[in-house]
Amino acid sequence: MSAPLAPAPTQVRRPPGLLSRAWSVAAVPVVVTVLSVLLGAAIMLFSELLVPGRPFDWGLPLTAYSALVSGAVGNPDAIVSTLVYSTPLVFGGLAVGFGFKAGLFNIGAQGQFLVGALGAVMAGVALANVPAPIAIPLAALAGLVAGGIWGFIPGFLKAVSGAHEVVSTIMMNYVAVQLLAALVSGPLKVPRSPSPVTFDVGNAAFPVILGRNGHLGIALALLAAIFVWWLLYRTTWGFEVRAVGANRDAARYAGMRPKLITVATMTFSGALAGLAGTSVLLGVTHSMTSSFGTTVGFDSIAVALLARSNPLVIVPAALLFGGMRAGAGLMQIKAQIPVELVDVLQATILLFLVASPVLRRVLRAGSRRVGPAGSDAVVASLGGEAAAS
Amino acid sequence: MDITPLINGLYGIPVLGLVFQAIGYLVAVLPPNSSSIMSQATPLALAALCGVLCERSGIVNIGIEGTMLASAFTAWVVGVAVAPIFPAAAATPIFGITIPLLIALAAAIGVALVISALHAWLSISLRADQIISGTIINIAAFGVTGYLDQLISKTSPAGAGEFTQFTPPTALTNLPGVGWIFSMFLDQGPIGMSVIVFIVGAQIWLFRSRWGLRTRAVGEHPRAAETVGIDVIRLRYRNVMIGGMFAGLGGAFLSIEATNSFQLGMTNGRGFIALAAMIMGRWTPLGAFGSALLFATFLQLGQLINIAPPGGDLGAVMGAVPAQLFDALPYILTIVILAGVVGRSIPPAADGQPYERESAT
Repeated sequence: MSAPLAPAPTQVRRPPGLLSRAWSVAAVPVVVTVLSVLLGAAIMLFSELLVPGRPFDWGLPLTAYSALVSGAVGNPDAIVSTLVYSTPLVFGGLAVGFGFKAGLFNIGAQGQFLVGALGAVMAGVALANVPAPIAIPLAALAGLVAGGIWGFIPGFLKAVSGAHEVVSTIMMNYVAVQLLAALVSGPLKVPRSPSPVTFDVGNAAFPVILGRNGHLGIALALLAAIFVWWLLYRTTWGFEVRAVGANRDAARYAGMRPKLITVATMTFSGALAGLAGTSVLLGVTHSMTSSFGTTVGFDSIAVALLARSNPLVIVPAALLFGGMRAGAGLMQIKAQIPVELVDVLQATILLFLVASPVLRRVLRAGSRRVGPAGSDAVVASLGGEAAAS
Repeated sequence: MDITPLINGLYGIPVLGLVFQAIGYLVAVLPPNSSSIMSQATPLALAALCGVLCERSGIVNIGIEGTMLASAFTAWVVGVAVAPIFPAAAATPIFGITIPLLIALAAAIGVALVISALHAWLSISLRADQIISGTIINIAAFGVTGYLDQLISKTSPAGAGEFTQFTPPTALTNLPGVGWIFSMFLDQGPIGMSVIVFIVGAQIWLFRSRWGLRTRAVGEHPRAAETVGIDVIRLRYRNVMIGGMFAGLGGAFLSIEATNSFQLGMTNGRGFIALAAMIMGRWTPLGAFGSALLFATFLQLGQLINIAPPGGDLGAVMGAVPAQLFDALPYILTIVILAGVVGRSIPPAADGQPYERESAT
């Protein structure tokens, strides 16, 4: 399971310093990202052919990417905006990644995200006039608990009856969408409002701590990443989670209870995804419309896969995808490239990542023979110790 | 004989009367809508068939949703592209088949074939995690179709139209008692009508043919299958790709038979519901078809309740419940079924496990 993640530099003979260790972790993600950017450029050029009456422009990908980059990091406001976009992705990535560590594939991050936001807005509206130091923690807690419940259900069903969490969490996503619509256009709706929208969360909103709109959630996300890392690698429970993920049967023989771990992991994962929704609601939107919902759920899977579920690597991975989301708007304005290009880039990054053993073979072609271990590392390199089976 | 007083009596029983009212409502609204229910079931059944073919050979394919979405988009966009090339030739009187529509259909199936080949390569040859591979297909399909749709739909081009429904003679559909069965299977377009053929064919193929036996052997115990000379890798490739074609047909159904346009994310979870239908149907084509019909009934009911709400006490009770509950019903039903309320179903033993040849180096 611990196959080398990247080719060790063969010709340079020196003790593995910080730099080469960083490279061995970062090599595959970096190469994969570069390849995806190139493929994205090819897609843009190809798509120019589809739009009639527009002169073909070889420089379009450059225009688009430079707009994307300047929209993400071009000025202080853009950087703060990237941080704001990345915040739910850190929580979501941690949620999905934590599930991977226990061998569970929580595709339900999207639903837990929505329900978490729903919990936060219900508590937030109720606490809108309570002093902020009381309102904020309680509203955030409500979001965390709501997401946890939404994760608990599939976890419980998996433990009790073996219902596969992939299908059940996806179904929970659709139920969450309907639940949100029912509540926002029903009991939570502002009376006599022309469109379904809830009240503002008032004092429960996260305070701005950075720039124009950098809210408290950014700091919380960083703390959460450190906390999850500590939990996984420095506590008994984290060890059990990883043990169950690596080998369920062995863990059971060692006296652990895989079913209990499954339920606990899904609940904790759901709570983290719930915090993702909470951070968007209390930090950005402050109220909820019936169209509340983003692509955070799918993006989180991408983040967790790219970071190979390592809680600390999830932060830069989330920054990468958050930056893309932040810059996509400017790209659409300046280069008329639809924001959906970001989804395409994400998918190609994941695709190259899964095919990375092949990539590695190509990169090393001629220098060394690559054994079958290369392909065995696929699962290990994606899901940390283990991915869902 | 007039049974109205009896029915009214049953409806009048407190609480239990609601159950009778519900039964009465179903009996009243479902048969006239049998054709629409079959239309709802068509993409589900085809996708579930794809799932059966894949999983019986040991490959989990949760990328069916993305495959269908990509095929739906391809069918529509190819229709847009080729429609102007061909002069508006008269469509065939039955099914309204035109050359652009056939090209669109072929392209949709071709794209599904390519995507499932990718899934096969990732999960069979690279032995990547099959669920991750499927997820990537879903994300990619959503992204690429969304991106291209944004570019193309700006000009709101006209598509190639759609396959039309065959109209069975009213003498058949008006037959008392059984007429709705005829309209269910015959009041359909070409894809909708072919479903039952594929399902029955696959059922026979899976349980009565050599290839079917080999498929089941590979899904249960690939190593044993290999020792008797079956090429596990090749069989899995073949099954995944043929299954993919059915998913593609289901996708094309959405954009060139059920409607004549493409909407973002128009598969709307059907690929996933199909997986639940497959599980509930215990990995058999006929069982999956039955489950797909059940899901389709719930999907259709969600709409019918809004169009023709039941009257009486039942209507009053249902009026008090948010309409979204009925939209969520198929999904809740899926979870309930997965949780084993309808009985445990056991997947093929080697489902989802990558296979490595013993002699491989």
